[in-house]
Amino acid sequence: MLEIRDVTRRFGRNTAVDGVSLRIPHGQMIGVIGRSGAGKSTLLRMIKRLLDPSQGSIVFEGIEVSALRGAALRNWQRDCAMIFQQFNLVPRLDVVSNVLHGTLNRRSTVATLLSLFPRADIHRAIDILDRLGIADHAPKRVEALSGGQQQRVAIARALMQDPKIILADEPIASLDPMNAQVVMDTLRRINDEDGRTVVCNLHTLDTARRYCDRVVGMRDGRVVFDGRPEELTTAAAREIYGAGDDFSEAATSTAIEALEPIRDFVRAPAFAL
Amino acid sequence: MTLTTNAGPAAIKADYMAMIQRKRLYSGVLLVVFFVLLAAGFNVADRRNAGGFWDGLHKIFDFPAELLGEAVAKAPALPGHLLHYLPAMVETINIAAVSTLIGAIAAIALSLLSTRGLARWPRLIPVFRRIMDTMRALPEIVIALVLIFILGGGPVPAMIAIAFHTAGALGKLFSEVNENADLKPVEGLASVGASWLQRMWLGVLPQVMPNYLSYALLRFEINVRASAILGFVGAGGIGAELRVAIGWGTGRYDAAAAIFLLLFLTIVAIDQVSSHYRNRLVRGS
Repeated sequence: MLEIRDVTRRFGRNTAVDGVSLRIPHGQMIGVIGRSGAGKSTLLRMIKRLLDPSQGSIVFEGIEVSALRGAALRNWQRDCAMIFQQFNLVPRLDVVSNVLHGTLNRRSTVATLLSLFPRADIHRAIDILDRLGIADHAPKRVEALSGGQQQRVAIARALMQDPKIILADEPIASLDPMNAQVVMDTLRRINDEDGRTVVCNLHTLDTARRYCDRVVGMRDGRVVFDGRPEELTTAAAREIYGAGDDFSEAATSTAIEALEPIRDFVRAPAFAL
Repeated sequence: MTLTTNAGPAAIKADYMAMIQRKRLYSGVLLVVFFVLLAAGFNVADRRNAGGFWDGLHKIFDFPAELLGEAVAKAPALPGHLLHYLPAMVETINIAAVSTLIGAIAAIALSLLSTRGLARWPRLIPVFRRIMDTMRALPEIVIALVLIFILGGGPVPAMIAIAFHTAGALGKLFSEVNENADLKPVEGLASVGASWLQRMWLGVLPQVMPNYLSYALLRFEINVRASAILGFVGAGGIGAELRVAIGWGTGRYDAAAAIFLLLFLTIVAIDQVSSHYRNRLVRGS
């Protein structure tokens, strides 16, 4: 159980996250939606402790994560993996080395600086890559891979950490629809098969509906929607995005199936030039 | 996703392990060769040494200790010394500043003429590169000695000598900066019919100026030291004073300490000014 208790984060005069409270049971797949600047990334970064809350606390299985320091903090960062929009891999190292970085917290600094990883770890890294369908690229440099492949390397690095929670910050925002589907399918599979909690910031409603057990909508730093995907009606979406009646979900959808209804949208007066 | 035949994780593992082992072997061999060469080279150097290396090793800090001791003992005289040597320091800084400025301007021209993709005459790139190599290869102290012999002692020969070396050294660094410049603005200016000089001045320089500036200011620091050294051979400035003060047994180490302090403060000042103006240039105020 991950508990976010009345967490606030301010940057100067701006309040990015404003008194958010959430209870996330183990094994759930949660989609966080909202427009740019709603505080989704800030919230995820605070859970991961890449940012510290201005107020409030974050508790995981009885441990106050928001108060950890030093080695205990790094252990938490190992248990709580993160997947970034821009992958955040080391482009000039090979795929397996990047996946092995998932073990850095467990291994001695000197051994890892010399790239001396145990054989068992290397084998496990390749097994994870095989599970994600990219084992063939194992010896290549990451920079030679496509965006979708790189994101799967990033997921493999996250799995190498053997995390209890996986946070994904806009994992498909830089990908084309085909690769986006592969990456979301992979995250869902990790959630189903391994039972790891997945918290995922998303830009598109249809992705959130399709893959998540629960959807949290944020607006101006506050939670304005928290419910099952079926409850996410167009009216609720308008509330989250602060949009008027001209708001059409299909306009921003990246799903291939959603291409059909766009014809209606083009005729809508809001789009006329 | 990939269409290559999947060899199965077992084969991939074996291949990858073989690759890792090969890499580790190479690294290990390189490491051994490095240490063997280091030890062998040291032995050769030690045999060619006049024999004072091991005897002198423990005395290495005697001189600085003596200098510091005397400077501390005569500490009340320090502010007076600082004031006394300030004009000489200003002369040295002037030599360095003028030579850096002249050298940098020459370096900008040389670097643009010797960068692939930007050069006015691409076929002459090797010629301009060799000119810069020559400028770097000649030690400035040799040029200064020759010029002092011909033109007489004073700051001007030192300035020419340092500017000559600076043009070659900065030209190489600037040319590397130019290589990383984005060619799209240059193409844009070419599309409006701009001449070569217009393309360089308006398309390239705005991109590379922050890097030019930080390299030039680093060179300014180096040139302050170089012009101090040239003072030893008759170019005036703080170096001439230091040569007198640092002589063994003259009892003027307090003056030497003051000169070192002035040099240190100058370098700190240049560093601070450098980062301040570079930030302003990058941010565009």
